[in-house]
Amino acid sequence: MATVETRDIRKHFGDVRAVDGVDLSTQEGELLVLLGPSGCGKTTLLRMIAGLEKPTGGQILIGGQVVNELPPRDRKIAMVFQSYALYPHMTVFNNIAFPLKAQGVPKEAIPQKVEWAASLFGIERLVHRKPRELSGGERQRVALARALVREPAVFLFDEPLSNLDAKLRASARDELKQFQRRIGTTSIYVTHDQVEAMGLGDRIAVMQLGKVRQIGTAQDVYDEPADTFVGAFLGSPPMNLVERDDHILGFRPEQFFPREAFGHADRVVTLPFRVTRVEYLGADRLLYGILGSPFPEAKVVAKLPWTITAPVEPGERYSFAVHEKELKFFDKATGLRTGPRPI
Amino acid sequence: MALPNALRRVRGGAVHFGIVAMFTVFAAFPFYWMLITTFKRTSDLMNRGNNPFVYNEPPTLEHLKVLFFETMYGRWLWNTALVGAVVVAITLLLAIPAGYALARLTGRWGEQLGIGIFLTYLIPPTLLFIPMSRVIADLGLQDSIWSLVLVYPSFTIPFCTWLMMGFFKAIPRDLEEAAMIDGHSRFGAFVKIVIPISMAGILTVVIFTLTLVMQEFVYALTFISAVSQMTVSVGVPTFLVHGDVYFWGSLMAGSFIASVPIAILYNFFVDRFIAGFTVGAIK
Repeated sequence: MATVETRDIRKHFGDVRAVDGVDLSTQEGELLVLLGPSGCGKTTLLRMIAGLEKPTGGQILIGGQVVNELPPRDRKIAMVFQSYALYPHMTVFNNIAFPLKAQGVPKEAIPQKVEWAASLFGIERLVHRKPRELSGGERQRVALARALVREPAVFLFDEPLSNLDAKLRASARDELKQFQRRIGTTSIYVTHDQVEAMGLGDRIAVMQLGKVRQIGTAQDVYDEPADTFVGAFLGSPPMNLVERDDHILGFRPEQFFPREAFGHADRVVTLPFRVTRVEYLGADRLLYGILGSPFPEAKVVAKLPWTITAPVEPGERYSFAVHEKELKFFDKATGLRTGPRPI
Repeated sequence: MALPNALRRVRGGAVHFGIVAMFTVFAAFPFYWMLITTFKRTSDLMNRGNNPFVYNEPPTLEHLKVLFFETMYGRWLWNTALVGAVVVAITLLLAIPAGYALARLTGRWGEQLGIGIFLTYLIPPTLLFIPMSRVIADLGLQDSIWSLVLVYPSFTIPFCTWLMMGFFKAIPRDLEEAAMIDGHSRFGAFVKIVIPISMAGILTVVIFTLTLVMQEFVYALTFISAVSQMTVSVGVPTFLVHGDVYFWGSLMAGSFIASVPIAILYNFFVDRFIAGFTVGAIK
């Protein structure tokens, strides 16, 4: 067991600052998700922790020890790759046994350990097959078993679910979470999928342009975004951002309802809303439209759950509202969160 | 009018068969020709009234006797095999690491360098043999098969390096990185993961190098005049063509025997060989 810490870690590729001074520290046994759009530096950061990429500057500590100069094999880590990286010329058994052999585990002990790891993922039947004879889900389990078998101090996951189809991904996510809970090993998990991040992560570090914009629980980053990037990146559809004077007003589409959906005692801010398009999605309705005066003409989205049945027609004006406490304010220049402003 | 399906299928099959048969005959004919000529009496060969495709007189072993007992053909075969084996070993030893380095470690320069190395392969031996012969003379290697062992890698290594580079590029980096995390150094990952996956490429290098060595003529002719040091490609035409007298039977026997091992190698590994040449071509 160990924690991972990065201190002002940087990686420059020529003029590009892929990772630009990241300070991060995992807690014992937690699953920390690095979330961000592609090109934000999350994979580079993970690869530096793994030792596959040499940092331009800064320090990486695993279990309190600076590991900058250690090769990957000496960092007591295991990594699950996006492609799974199963060795195609070896059977499942030999794939799982590979790290054990590489570390000089006595020959007699290997079959028992492989069996143990395989049984944890229910792939005992598959040990004599080659990777090409496995389905996507089976391959992923083999990759997990191979990572687990050597009982690493830290797990690193690089988008391990992105090659699975949508249906399988949900169940694999659930299994992965249970697995991580059970073994309680500190894990760092890279993804660009916010649903995956929020479902899996004990904490989420949202990254953009090589920097960590915010780190916190799923609830923290979703409900209290630190800046407009985090607000707009999380949520589907993303947070509505309306520029006003010197600040930006933000509110979530799923908290933007017809005025009559709120009680009279509720402290709400009413916004005139001209609907231009309605999408019926079964569980929800998405209303696309434009705010009316006194607000600037900004495009916003409302997401009405099926429980709100008020008829809405494109082209009509409605009185919509947001709870006062759900309104977020950001500085126009920096995009950072600020205190409430008068509406 | 549309033809009935069955008829169309038969016609398609016939066309397919016809094309395949044509190529098969084209490829097999030289072997057939060498084989029947090997056992034909000279009088049968020389009589223009005879059907050249069959035996008009009883076959004979005379030409084989000439080949093996009146020339040093056995010795030439051995020389060729020895040069082939050593050159293959040298080529593998240098081309595999070089190809890997070009594929992985030199960044954007790798590709340019790879093309540069490949270009050296295109310089013909007919240009190079004069300066090379000076080098060989200075080293005191003239009239020795070791001159060939020294010179042949100059054209096998560039091509094979380039070939292996394409191969290694097609192997996902993830695999090596996984092996490095799993407890190996980069070299360990190379030996345990990259080499076994590249077997098709390595086999291609072996076959290709052997073929080049066996058919090489210019260097072998210029560097070696001692009969006992000759390879098949030089010994056979030198000793079985006297002025304008061609010992056709023995010539064909000598060529046939030398070509059989290569033909067998190709046949066994043709699929992998083709994979070796096309990998990396499409990315």
